[in-house]
Amino acid sequence: MHLMEVKQLGVQFQTPDGVVNAVNGIGFTLDRGKTLGIVGESGSGKSQSVLAIMGLLAANGRATGEVLYHGKDLISMPTADLNRIRGNRVAMIFQDPMTSLNPYLTVERQMTEVLEFHKGMSRKEARAKAIQALDAVKMPEAARRIMMYPHEFSGGMRQRVMIAMSLLCEPDVLIADEPTTALDVTVQAQILILMRELQRDFGTAIVMITHDLGVVAGLCDEVMVLYGGQVMEQGNAEAIFYKPSHPYTAGLLAAVPRLEGSDGPMLAIPGAPPNMARLPAGCPFTERCSMALPRCGIVRPVFGTAAHDAHVLRACHLPIEDVTQSLLRLKAEQGVSV
Amino acid sequence: MTGAIQTAAPLLMVRDLRVHFTIRSESPWPWTPTRALKAVDGVSFDLHAGETLGIVGESGCGKSTLARALLNLVPLTDGSVKWHGDEMRGASPQAWQAKRKSVQMIFQDPLASLDPRMTVAQIIGEPLYTHSPELSTTEHNERVLAMMLRVGLTEQQINRYPHEFSGGQCQRIGIARALILKPQVVICDEPVSALDVSIQAQIINLLKELQAEMGLALVFIAHDLAVVKHISQRVMVMYLGRAMEVASKHALYDTPRHPYTQALLSAIPVPDPRLERAKTLQLLQGDLPSPINQPSGCVFRTRCPKAVAQCAQGVPPLRQLTGQTLSACVFD
Repeated sequence: MHLMEVKQLGVQFQTPDGVVNAVNGIGFTLDRGKTLGIVGESGSGKSQSVLAIMGLLAANGRATGEVLYHGKDLISMPTADLNRIRGNRVAMIFQDPMTSLNPYLTVERQMTEVLEFHKGMSRKEARAKAIQALDAVKMPEAARRIMMYPHEFSGGMRQRVMIAMSLLCEPDVLIADEPTTALDVTVQAQILILMRELQRDFGTAIVMITHDLGVVAGLCDEVMVLYGGQVMEQGNAEAIFYKPSHPYTAGLLAAVPRLEGSDGPMLAIPGAPPNMARLPAGCPFTERCSMALPRCGIVRPVFGTAAHDAHVLRACHLPIEDVTQSLLRLKAEQGVSV
Repeated sequence: MTGAIQTAAPLLMVRDLRVHFTIRSESPWPWTPTRALKAVDGVSFDLHAGETLGIVGESGCGKSTLARALLNLVPLTDGSVKWHGDEMRGASPQAWQAKRKSVQMIFQDPLASLDPRMTVAQIIGEPLYTHSPELSTTEHNERVLAMMLRVGLTEQQINRYPHEFSGGQCQRIGIARALILKPQVVICDEPVSALDVSIQAQIINLLKELQAEMGLALVFIAHDLAVVKHISQRVMVMYLGRAMEVASKHALYDTPRHPYTQALLSAIPVPDPRLERAKTLQLLQGDLPSPINQPSGCVFRTRCPKAVAQCAQGVPPLRQLTGQTLSACVFD
């Protein structure tokens, strides 16, 4: 049995403009010590899908499908039972470490609360454990700094507090929603190395949400590419990066500004992300796809195993050879060696 | 100072620019001394016509304050800013007003920098009302429309409000507003950091096209070294209010001299699993020190992997090494 299995997860929001399907039938499995990367642009539904997993959707949101953790469905579970799992066995790190920590409470109070609730520890035991956790994330002078308030920390240090807090109960699954987006590159590098070490030491499975393909390349075993709330392509990192089989993945990889490569114009994807309230009947990427066929906008492509690689799932009408050819052309234009 | 050997006089000459903010003491006693936050502390550079200077650095390094100081949006503490050879330090508001016709700015947050109660036409046309009030309504409208079409907006969008646009389109409106006066210099303060990668590339390409068409000089501020590489000819790396290295693009990216530039370059994640996992990181320890309480000597020494006792002795000056490369490190 997989540690976590997500099947046909969907998220709908009731809005004054009608129902918005933010996420449409995504699925993945997660095993101990593995990392799944979910990439996509803003509005692609990547954050909403993990919020649905944690039962944290806004009041007008509704999750459908199944999220099986050790065989138990988190979506249909009563809140009281869910509260015993989230924060304990399945933990989450949020994007903005300032707004996700309580400014009125010291770090100590916020961290011990978790242990008192989930582990029934006394305040003293919990405090010792919290200091240990801060040490594990390389917080200097943890015993002194645990008494400080969130505003007294820098951005990188705050994110360390968040990571330490999420690891207090040694969770099986850690969901990280853009954990380094608000940080500078040099601090981001520190945090990513820290996450890699913690995964090695604790065997935690990680779901990493990011828009930065570089972060995914360094950390993830599996990658899921989302666009317009739908999975465009999903598979192991090697396949996605070196042999993308979907025009969106190929376009995204080509659009990333790189340190190597020519000084010519950058390869943009024309157009803008789709309006989620009015998605086309077919593939949501049709409008911006340079290779779209007439039926792409009408018939939604089947999401299934790719012909070239059994480890890759894709949703595209085009034959893989065509996508590969166009990627080679894009790379040649950009002057990147293939 | 920049080492650039050019015959024409520079459009912009910045010498030893300092912007310090006074921080009130937390003590209740009025006689306790105030402290200075040194946001920009002695930066010099030249900008020539048609050139792009990239300025990179982490948050808190003073790059945005520097941009604002160039346009007098924050007061200068010391140093000199010369636009077209005219000293602007202590210049009158009227002198600045006249200067701003040829020097415009594009801001970081595309939506927040547009007035939510003005239509696109009003936003883009506003600089014309201020600087060219003599234009007739027809001429005014023609210029607004031409500018909109040039940046990739459509005529149908002319009466819409900013909230109806996506981030990328809002940034196009910001660009149109900056360029409608046909300026010589545009200061871009993180114009693409709030945008998705696929949109980022569109905006960079648009800026490059417009630069070629209109012969603009750009000061391009960003924290992403890869983005800066695509648009700049010269790059200045800042840390804690000072320039650590100034070099031509190729020199900076191929042979970075300053340890901070090297660390910054190695910290960028590469979108290639094999390269990214194989690379050796030159990891910096800790965070940026407080700009109120700066380290003595070289400001980078507290995080520098090569720091020696000598680094605390004095501030290493920005010295010319080869050609256009300047670096501020005791080892150079």
